[in-house]
Amino acid sequence: MAALVLNEEQQMLKDAAKRFLSESAPVSQLRALRDSRDETGFSRELWQSMVEMGFVGTLIPEALGGAQFGYVGMGQVSEQAGRNLSASPLISTAIGGVAALLLAGSSEQQQALLPQVAEGSLLLALAVDEAPRHAPNRVATRLQETDGGYLLNGRKTFVVDGHVADKLIVSARSAGAEADQAGISLLLVDRNAPGVSVERTIMADSRNAAIVSFDNVTVSSGDLLGEAGNAWAALELTLDVVNAQLAGELLGLSLEVFERTVAYLQERKQFGVTLSTFQALQHRCAHLFSELELVKSAVLKAQMALDAGDAEAAQWVSLAKAKACEVAELATNEAVQMHGGMGMTDEFDIGLFMKRARSVQTLFGDYRYHANRFAALRGY
Amino acid sequence: MADLDVFRQQTRAWLEENCPQSMRTPQRSDNDACWGGRNFTFASEDQKLWLERMAARGWTAPDWPTEYGGGGLSQQEHKVLREEMARINARPPLSSFGVWMIGPAILKFGSEELKRQHLPPIVRGEIRWCQGYSEPGAGSDLAGLQTRAEDHGDHFIVNGQKIWTSYADKADWMFCLVRTNPDAKKQLGISLVLFDMTTPGVSTRPIKLISGSSPFCETFLDNVRVEKSQVVGEINAGWTIAKYLLTHEREMIGGMGRTAAGQKTLPQIAVDAVGLEDGKLADGMLRGELATWDLDAAAFALTAERVLDEAKAGQGVGAASAMLKYYGTELNKRRQELMVALHGSDGLVWEGEASREGAIARTWLRSKGNSIEGGTTEVQLNVIARNILGLQ
Repeated sequence: MAALVLNEEQQMLKDAAKRFLSESAPVSQLRALRDSRDETGFSRELWQSMVEMGFVGTLIPEALGGAQFGYVGMGQVSEQAGRNLSASPLISTAIGGVAALLLAGSSEQQQALLPQVAEGSLLLALAVDEAPRHAPNRVATRLQETDGGYLLNGRKTFVVDGHVADKLIVSARSAGAEADQAGISLLLVDRNAPGVSVERTIMADSRNAAIVSFDNVTVSSGDLLGEAGNAWAALELTLDVVNAQLAGELLGLSLEVFERTVAYLQERKQFGVTLSTFQALQHRCAHLFSELELVKSAVLKAQMALDAGDAEAAQWVSLAKAKACEVAELATNEAVQMHGGMGMTDEFDIGLFMKRARSVQTLFGDYRYHANRFAALRGY
Repeated sequence: MADLDVFRQQTRAWLEENCPQSMRTPQRSDNDACWGGRNFTFASEDQKLWLERMAARGWTAPDWPTEYGGGGLSQQEHKVLREEMARINARPPLSSFGVWMIGPAILKFGSEELKRQHLPPIVRGEIRWCQGYSEPGAGSDLAGLQTRAEDHGDHFIVNGQKIWTSYADKADWMFCLVRTNPDAKKQLGISLVLFDMTTPGVSTRPIKLISGSSPFCETFLDNVRVEKSQVVGEINAGWTIAKYLLTHEREMIGGMGRTAAGQKTLPQIAVDAVGLEDGKLADGMLRGELATWDLDAAAFALTAERVLDEAKAGQGVGAASAMLKYYGTELNKRRQELMVALHGSDGLVWEGEASREGAIARTWLRSKGNSIEGGTTEVQLNVIARNILGLQ
């Protein structure tokens, strides 16, 4: 079994991401995008810089213009994005979109699209969920075969970066009942194709999401990722890849909010002493520290298992996402409480961390979803 | 790498030939463990044979130097041995505070004379050790201990009382913290001394616990003569060694909640006891609680693994043992609560063969001590807050 530590290359990537994102995409940038009601929701200039740093191509094979650093490598970028609340299409495009193409796409599709992603000219978005609570098997969106092609009808919600993506990767039902895993297809749809309508939804975390509707959208067989009706396994693995990175983002976010809280306790004085002298607060911080150590291990294991093609990777991913969700909720709630009134103000960043945490927790399955999946995978 | 593969093959073959079949079944309780010592009665001929064979290779203390009877294995070889033993569900040949605690301390801090005298009998399982740390007035505040050692030239005369001494009534020797300088600041006047439990003036009395068993004793020291050659490290420098040993102890206790090779996992036990409905545990609330525990236990096991890997790679936080002790013991208490709950009234049966003499209930009650012994949960949280987080 591989040691649960970063290798030298991964450590270097972590350091590079830390330096770059804290300078080029800090929390103040998210705040500025929010306050100016920016239509794109992220800085295109930043995205281009992330391309140049090689972050965008982390999962893309070298032959197709990427760096091929693997899931642990990408995890280092995700963690630092979490620390800085960096707004970018990393999750939608460089992780979710790339994973779907790698796991479900043909080599022609990969060769046509992945180099464009790596150079920053193509944005992707995963359109999976149809109801507010994550349920990837519940697919009512229908893909109907017609003469020489297909027609797509349905509605997707919580499509991250859906309003700016060039292409959407959509799950749709070719056969079976609404909750069946069998009969699901994955396909590429141009956002500007006739019949596609996109409504941006402003979320609590000030990041991008959209509702996307498909009304008799024409799809060709060349736009299918894999076989019609047979995409469940690839979809599930794609979601595992994304959730392992979301867990990494939550880890970074939780560590940052925790460190800020500890620093605040060391400087804020009441009753003539710093808050850090109170055992009631010390013990809660020590507990949170311990929980964060568990999250670190679970996240690294999940990403390593995916890199290794481990047969039990799904279990490790659900463990990582569940623990990361649970501890992010605790860390952000404790942060607000321990910052007292200041934690309730918009001026302090703590609230931004809490809002982002809930969004990432909710995206593609929260603690309950993944605890339930973990139990099912372990035979109970 | 090739050398390690050869070592694995040889180890596998040797274990296959030398580990008796009856020693390849899970240890069900402390009573199945081989503790060794002058007065130990082996549970079976196989148990004795298994100890002798492993001890002859030094594999009861695999990573100790061969000159003191140890196995002389590298970390990697030691890992291979553990893996190969786990593969056939081999029981530990010896459970020993000598191997776990005082041995490593003597190796690190002791004189050459102490090493030659004490280490080989520990490896062979001939001498059983107990730990004299806590006192009636010195629990969490261990450095406040009052047992006095008066200087009489080449020896000390020790007077005082120890409590929570594990298996003192069965042990042959004690490693004991005593105050050698009553005038110094409390941490600076402590020494670690070794003495035979048959020395005149040593007496013990078992303490009955809520679990009904008596793993701990009170130990009374009445004018006990201890040679100065039996001081580990420098006189008055015992606190450093005590802290080193406490770290060791925390790691040991923190690891107790883990499922050993060949044992059923808690979810498997739950499925057997409660049953499945549509592939899910029949009690929905219990299933949820169990999943919460299972997630924490899995993440904790990975963390113990990661801390070890980081230590090998020269990374990581030094005070990790406090975190492992805190989390591991709380996890084990939760495990035992779930064990009782999922067995319903069967989990509370106290006597009789069907319940293996109330094993579930007694293990549950015994687990309550995990977050008290070796430094309470509250002390561990203090250590994390102050030493790692700088909150003070």
